[in-house]
Amino acid sequence: MSDTIRFVCDGDVVELRGVDPTMTVLNYLRTVANKTGTKEGCAEGDCGACTVVLRELDGEKVRDLAVNSCILFLPTLDGKELITVEDLASNDGTLHPVQRALVESHGSQCGFCTPGFVMSMFALYGAENKPSRLTINDTLSGNLCRCTGYAPIVRAAEKMYEYDGIANNGDQDDKTVSLLKSIQRNDALSMEFNGRHYFAPTTIAELAKLRKEYPKAPILAGGTDIGLWVTKQHRDLETVLYGGNVRELKQIGRTAAHMEIGAGVTLSDAFSTIAESYPDFGEVLRRFGSVPIRNAATLGGNVANASPIGDAMPPLIALDSKLSIRHGRKAREIPLDEFFIDYQKTALEPGEFIEKILIPLRPDHRLGVYKISKRLDQDISAVCAAFSLRLEGNRVADIRICFGGMAAIPKRAFKCEEALLGNEWSRENVQQAAVKLDEDFSPITDFRASERYRSLVAKNLLLKFLIETSVSNTKTRVIDYAGNVHA
Amino acid sequence: MPESAAEVQPIAGGAHTALPHDSARKHVSGGAVYTDDILEPEGLLQAAIGISERAHAEITKLDTQSVRNYPGVVAVMAAPDIPGVNDVSPTVGGDPVFADALVEYVGQPVYAVAATDIERARRAAKKAEIEYKDLEPILTVAQALDKESFVLPSHTMRRGDSSKAIALSPHRLAGRVELGGQDHFYLEGQVALAIPQEDGDMFVFSSTQHPTEVQHSIAKVLGRPDNAVTVEVRRMGGGFGGKETQATLFACIAALLADKTRQPVNLRLDRDDDMIITGKRHDFLIDYDVGFDDDGRIRGVNFSLASRCGMSADLSGPVNDRAMFHCDNAYFLENVTINSHRCKTNTVSNTAFRGFGGPQGMMGIEYVVDEIARYLHKDPLQVRRMNFYGRGERDITPYHMKVEDNIIEEIVDKLEQSSEYTRRRGEITTFNETSSVLKRGMALTPVKFGISFTLTHLNQAGALVHIYTDGSVHLNHGGTEMGQGLHTKVAQIVAEEFQIDVDRIKVTATNTGKVPNTSATAASAGTDLNGKAAQAAARTIKERLAKFAAEHYGVEPETVVFRANEVIAGKNRIPFSELVKLGYQARISLSAAGYYKTPKIHYDRENTRGRPFFYFAYGAAVSEVVIDTLTGEYKMLRVDILHDAGKSVNPAIDLGQVEGGFIQGMGWLTTEELCWDDIGNLTTHAPSTYKIPACGDLPNDFRVELLETGANREDAIHRSKAVGEPPLMLSLSAFFALKDAIASVSDHKMSPRLDAPATPERVLLAVEELKERMSSVATETYESAEAPSR
Repeated sequence: MSDTIRFVCDGDVVELRGVDPTMTVLNYLRTVANKTGTKEGCAEGDCGACTVVLRELDGEKVRDLAVNSCILFLPTLDGKELITVEDLASNDGTLHPVQRALVESHGSQCGFCTPGFVMSMFALYGAENKPSRLTINDTLSGNLCRCTGYAPIVRAAEKMYEYDGIANNGDQDDKTVSLLKSIQRNDALSMEFNGRHYFAPTTIAELAKLRKEYPKAPILAGGTDIGLWVTKQHRDLETVLYGGNVRELKQIGRTAAHMEIGAGVTLSDAFSTIAESYPDFGEVLRRFGSVPIRNAATLGGNVANASPIGDAMPPLIALDSKLSIRHGRKAREIPLDEFFIDYQKTALEPGEFIEKILIPLRPDHRLGVYKISKRLDQDISAVCAAFSLRLEGNRVADIRICFGGMAAIPKRAFKCEEALLGNEWSRENVQQAAVKLDEDFSPITDFRASERYRSLVAKNLLLKFLIETSVSNTKTRVIDYAGNVHA
Repeated sequence: MPESAAEVQPIAGGAHTALPHDSARKHVSGGAVYTDDILEPEGLLQAAIGISERAHAEITKLDTQSVRNYPGVVAVMAAPDIPGVNDVSPTVGGDPVFADALVEYVGQPVYAVAATDIERARRAAKKAEIEYKDLEPILTVAQALDKESFVLPSHTMRRGDSSKAIALSPHRLAGRVELGGQDHFYLEGQVALAIPQEDGDMFVFSSTQHPTEVQHSIAKVLGRPDNAVTVEVRRMGGGFGGKETQATLFACIAALLADKTRQPVNLRLDRDDDMIITGKRHDFLIDYDVGFDDDGRIRGVNFSLASRCGMSADLSGPVNDRAMFHCDNAYFLENVTINSHRCKTNTVSNTAFRGFGGPQGMMGIEYVVDEIARYLHKDPLQVRRMNFYGRGERDITPYHMKVEDNIIEEIVDKLEQSSEYTRRRGEITTFNETSSVLKRGMALTPVKFGISFTLTHLNQAGALVHIYTDGSVHLNHGGTEMGQGLHTKVAQIVAEEFQIDVDRIKVTATNTGKVPNTSATAASAGTDLNGKAAQAAARTIKERLAKFAAEHYGVEPETVVFRANEVIAGKNRIPFSELVKLGYQARISLSAAGYYKTPKIHYDRENTRGRPFFYFAYGAAVSEVVIDTLTGEYKMLRVDILHDAGKSVNPAIDLGQVEGGFIQGMGWLTTEELCWDDIGNLTTHAPSTYKIPACGDLPNDFRVELLETGANREDAIHRSKAVGEPPLMLSLSAFFALKDAIASVSDHKMSPRLDAPATPERVLLAVEELKERMSSVATETYESAEAPSR
């Protein structure tokens, strides 16, 4: 075990010990490292002013991930390179193409959000060559700008490839790879600061042991929820178990019957696997949160925090997904729809943790997933609906319906399912079954939506699913127009 | 000196060039210093504020002992600890620094704490023991109207006899529209850093649009003369009106704590606290009663505008006045009565926000025009045209000002052509006939916005220009930089004047010690006022130099020409910097203050007559949208804008204002919804719950142009026009495009009821309400609903 955080910054390895493990990377940058280019706009991962790039080893190469530094705990930098807005220009002051494009496209006004945009675009610059408008929108969905209205920033993102690059030169990459290799670890990081413990095990056996030892300690993954316990609720976390370095939790597998997503797999990494089999599920994952959120947040975290509005739950439950739950050396499986007991209360026993999520492959089913929110991107759902349907002829042979935002937990619509099962998949039957949703759910009114809207939309979404499964070549979603200049 | 000299532009970055923002390189490389980035002074303390948890209550007990005992706490202050006056109101009072005995909104500051670090300060600021005796709160405009609870007396503007005209009109419609407020959501939250000086003086870095007001208020709360306080602001991370008066409170609290501890104090608000504590755009309840003829021409209209001002007056007087001034938008209202009620509620005191009441006033008349068109089954554009101000006739505003610079028809004609309005209208109709779930809609709306502070005396500005002996120029003026590019534009104006490259000019931080008694950087007037003042200062020095050169080279002063970084005096050509050096040696003063006051304007508020505006800025926009009639979701497909920035000082920066203003206004009218619970808690106080537009909300196809032939007929700086606020109101087209799309559900036979913000929920409920009305009409008298006349 080691008690020193090691990460690369400015071409050197930085070693930190004796620091508060719940200090955010943003606070470290601004108050310890005196790098004030990175800004705080909201301290909850929603505005992107704090965006930095983490460069991590990916085999013999590196990959860059934009993340929100305002809710990222300092020790999670361990083994990575931290790149901030100050690091992009050459020593002689030559701007990086991303920066130059923003200047020449008049992409900054007040400039406060700009460092975040620069970093999101920097990550895109390295990853793509000629991104579509949709990719640009998606890349920037977690960066709010209140001045420009985004148009000149989008123009800059299109223009940045026109300049001679100074980035991604091979020598630098090699140097980074060797630096990063030099700070990889096989043992756990273990820190203590004023009675606060932080453990970052690297194997699932270690994590299981720690989990038994500290059954009340939260397991930290992307920190997109737990980060806010510190920045917004000012909570003192006694012990934190970081699961992000546990290799077994980061695996994606596939059997004939299932996709297996490790609980520590980020939404970004899970995306392509899931979207390949279930495009609608993929689209909801895309709109789940911004790129920086998806780069940090995990599917396991979304399940474990048991929010009534976790967007992954409706499709996972509609697909009859299961959880593999670990306790010490033992593992058990539980259907996901039995996991949620009440508001933020789950079937996890003390010492247990989620190991992986098993998503059935159901090629004979049609999956429809719908996310309804005030804003199309980077918003929390008012209602999220998923329908998994298997028809025999035109008869409903199997249907599972699950809604988020309609109850204290993500919940199946059993009465509605019952009304549909075995009957003809017709408008008349669907309209009759939709009424049953009023028996399945008693939604609340809050700032995201009224009870009336939630009830109405829930019924209309079932109708929309019918239309989409019955009529082809009809555009039924406004999201189909997003980013499509020639729609 | 003739302004036509500006037409030759051999210098880099003179007037009318599309220069990037002067801080752009710093913005993109992290080098731009905002208040919270200033290198920390020794002994810096961090502050936090303890706030009221009740909307309306007497404080029966305030015990801050446990705050004082919290680790790291150095000082705690509440109302009794204020050495001077406990008020930071910009106008008539009612804005205490700390609530004293009475709290009037949830979030009102009650005490503040300074501690060794920000986390300790914030934790300590939740520790005080406060006991309340609850009083009945008034939370909505409707409740306030019912109880006649007002922050200021109601006000009426009248021209002609509207009630008679309405009664005599062939058609009459009456109704109500509700408009929500809007949080500024500047990316940089409120922040101030106060550093004690000798003699008990105070130096304060503040993220404010109004350094002078901050200075004067700090002096007032400290019980010190104005000259004991200096306020400086290099830049803000966005303002939008939210730092016109709202920054003052936080600067005062920082100064009070710094004064008490004799240590520097930084006060930076957390986002949630910022949104809970600070004022927003006024939400409005607008009632209308309009009479019109078969062509849709308005014969008479009555408006009642009731706004939620919150717990104090703040700027609500002028905000509501401006709403009244813009109830006409671009339309001639021969007979009009506007009643304005300034409602007092137990919510945060609402304040300035880009447009300053103008957008709300315009929404009133645009809603009326849209209703008339739908009633008459006409394209709303036709009805808009029918009512436009004329040129030389039908040109008197409700406040009896003659509209002399009307170009709205020219703009609308051009835009109608360039946006292919007619062709697309046809396409949309065809699309809607075959598409059952998705429907499209489109609307063109005009903007006419009055430029000048309506409080006439605020229309003045100062500047200070020094030339150093190397020929480099130090430029300072009373305006503040909040991202709008003011410093860039003023530097261009001075470069133009001296005929030197703009990179020879450094605009320095706005500082109350350099230019005193300034007005807020507001009302879109920053460049108009400060540009003219800086120009005046530069001209003073330039005239001195010309006179000196004339003497030195033995030519007439009038023949001395400044051009292309050189000065030409007879047959002599010398570099500008050389003349400066010679001038210095000849003991010519190379420093001057400049001053400007806007001409022609006057206003008699009592009789609602006069010329409150120097000129009007114009523009128009066409928005096209697609909606989902099953969910209410929508997407902006295409927006075309043509906007009049006069002869723009910097077309790139002005275009940025137009694009950004449109999107910000679109946010106000679509996804930005402020919600309060039934005991007065704001429930949308972070970006997770309050949704400003994101990148994906940008219209797929966004075509924005400045009117190429634009030129201000008035002598505004280089014939440009103010461009900060007017474009925000172009976004009304987005709202009416949504309304148009909803109306298509009834095949445009009926008009939907739609309030703002038009969230997906409101859109869907409007669709449902329309469907219900259709089915009830279908079963009763469908025919009569179709007939346009009564």
